[in-house]
Amino acid sequence: MDAPIIELTDVKKSFGPVSVLKGVSLKVFPGKITALVGDNGAGKSTLIKGLAGVQPYDEGQVKFNGNVVALHNPREASALGIEVVYQDLALCDNLDIVQNMFLGREETSFGTFDEGRMEREASETLQSLSVRTVKSVRQKVASLSGGQRQTVAIARSVLKSAQVVILDEPTAALGVAQTEQVLNLVKRLAERGVGVLMISHNLVDVFQVADYINVLYLGQMVASVEASKTTSDDVVGYITGSKTYTGAAV
Amino acid sequence: MSVTRTPETPEPAQQFTITDTSVNDQIGSGQDGGVMDQFRAYIQRVRSGEMGALPAVAGFVVLCILFAALSPYFLTDRNFANLLTQAATLVMLAMALVFVILLGEIDLSAGVTSGVALSIFVVLSDPGGAIKMNWILALIIALLTGVAIGTFIGFFVAKVGIPSFVVTLGLFLGFQGLQLIIIGAGGLYRIQQPQMLAIQNNNMPDWAGWVMLVVMLAISFGTAMLDRRRRTRAGVPNRTIVLLWIRLAVIAILGGVVIALLNQNRGQVNYLNGKVISGQVIEGVPIVVPITLFILWVGTFVLDRTKFGRYIYAVGGNPEAARRAGIKVTQIKWAAFGVCSTLAVVSGVFSASKVGSVDAAFGRDIVLSGVAAAVVGGVSLFGGRGRLIHGAIGALVIAVITNGLGLLNLPGGVNFLVTGGVLILAATVDAVSRVRGGGSLTRR
Repeated sequence: MDAPIIELTDVKKSFGPVSVLKGVSLKVFPGKITALVGDNGAGKSTLIKGLAGVQPYDEGQVKFNGNVVALHNPREASALGIEVVYQDLALCDNLDIVQNMFLGREETSFGTFDEGRMEREASETLQSLSVRTVKSVRQKVASLSGGQRQTVAIARSVLKSAQVVILDEPTAALGVAQTEQVLNLVKRLAERGVGVLMISHNLVDVFQVADYINVLYLGQMVASVEASKTTSDDVVGYITGSKTYTGAAV
Repeated sequence: MSVTRTPETPEPAQQFTITDTSVNDQIGSGQDGGVMDQFRAYIQRVRSGEMGALPAVAGFVVLCILFAALSPYFLTDRNFANLLTQAATLVMLAMALVFVILLGEIDLSAGVTSGVALSIFVVLSDPGGAIKMNWILALIIALLTGVAIGTFIGFFVAKVGIPSFVVTLGLFLGFQGLQLIIIGAGGLYRIQQPQMLAIQNNNMPDWAGWVMLVVMLAISFGTAMLDRRRRTRAGVPNRTIVLLWIRLAVIAILGGVVIALLNQNRGQVNYLNGKVISGQVIEGVPIVVPITLFILWVGTFVLDRTKFGRYIYAVGGNPEAARRAGIKVTQIKWAAFGVCSTLAVVSGVFSASKVGSVDAAFGRDIVLSGVAAAVVGGVSLFGGRGRLIHGAIGALVIAVITNGLGLLNLPGGVNFLVTGGVLILAATVDAVSRVRGGGSLTRR
């Protein structure tokens, strides 16, 4: 097994008196899909916000490629190659696909946009992910379906050689066919060697794509298992706290 | 329920391969196809609700035809020049407001901001006053006042987080008082600098108008060619070049007609044996026109081609997405309010030049017309949609209403009624078109 690209050790986070993460450890491997599951309020969002640099952890160690790093703001995270695709799709409806994919990191020459270059890179990225559902890269995002938007959001995350992509509920609110498309996209991300951390409530989706499954329960990582060595029933048990994982963490 | 992992047999579609065929074989770029394809795509966009300035342009044409039919004075070259100078203040103010409206914000204090800045200008530069400052220096101070006021608004909106409506409403009230204090109750300062008065009242020589048109065509052609070169270098398709020729032809014809009209003598002159014995020859493009066009060009350039402009659209479209993309939302808002207030002062300069004086009520009544102009032109009050030229076109529509109704000798009240009606009509057109495009949830 490769060395983990991200290794969290004993991270803690509290909001005032409420302790949300009580010493969580997590590994994400390059080229693998690591699922993070847990009930509402288990601390999933807080965990990824720390990785994204949006809400830094209070305590604990974050290792990236074996080196201890500090993640204080989103720029530091994205400089390392950690990209987050948020559940509520951080896209601007009024901009087109290219503009959204390059938002915040536009290619310029002489201080003005190099639209040609951005357009080429955007369509190359979409093609490398075998995206065939969008007609034109100059379509406004407002005119896209939910699955297409998710596709654009994911394509945006890999545009600049991301090493780790964190997906927050990528299939929530999608139809069956669109879910399938997005899950295929997630697999292709991993095939490119990207470390994928996927949060999901849908265990069917998780078992379809994930290599590893991590279960958060009330701010603690109660199970870290290989997906092939566990069952949906067990995972449900860990999520609800009715079963205890006895094996070693991956 | 027991779900096992699906075996890893990748379907062909999942494989990660780039074929040798051109990148755009599968995903279009919106640039492909001939003139008819582009035209169809445009019709498609209009039908799906992206109307842009189309309703405003149509409204402008209809109003012009209507007034031309109703008043013999409307289509005279003198009235045409009048219309442009009457509209200039509102055009500039609407353009100023576009910057904050694109963010989904509003600046109700833009008018009184220009009032405060121009009050400072006249008090500082008045040749008979106590300070007698050089007028250029005073003008710079007035513009810097605009920057300062914009920064002040931006601080409260972006940093403190008060809705811009409330902040600028407060300033709208407060600045009227400030203006009263600067000018003095009942005071009125005449604009004494001929250069200031020249902006709205003097005209360029005939040849300068044509030079202006040639410069416009050259800039339009040059930027388009540079764009094409960049796109070619990147290996993505260009729009068919015919569209560029059409655009240049439209600019040349429209601009040519306007300049030819303005270059006619519109003064009352009595000749004797070919010599002017009384009256004055008035001809040429008013000086305010190239100034406005220049600011329109620079502003459009910034909004379309620079990060600052793109981020204004992004913040207006989805502030949270912009923040997550690493955009400093606070700074963008701050800067946009600065630009708005500064351009509002420029519109005040136009107004002072036209009216010839500044009093304690200067700039008080115009701001809502500016907002109306932007909305009529197709700028969305919800932010993120609209262009600078939309504000300018909307302002021309409102100016033509004022001008045309004035020529018809209708009571002043009619003007407000019609302007209000047009505003509501424009908002209705916008809303209906968006419903047809599936953008709104409130109908169907």
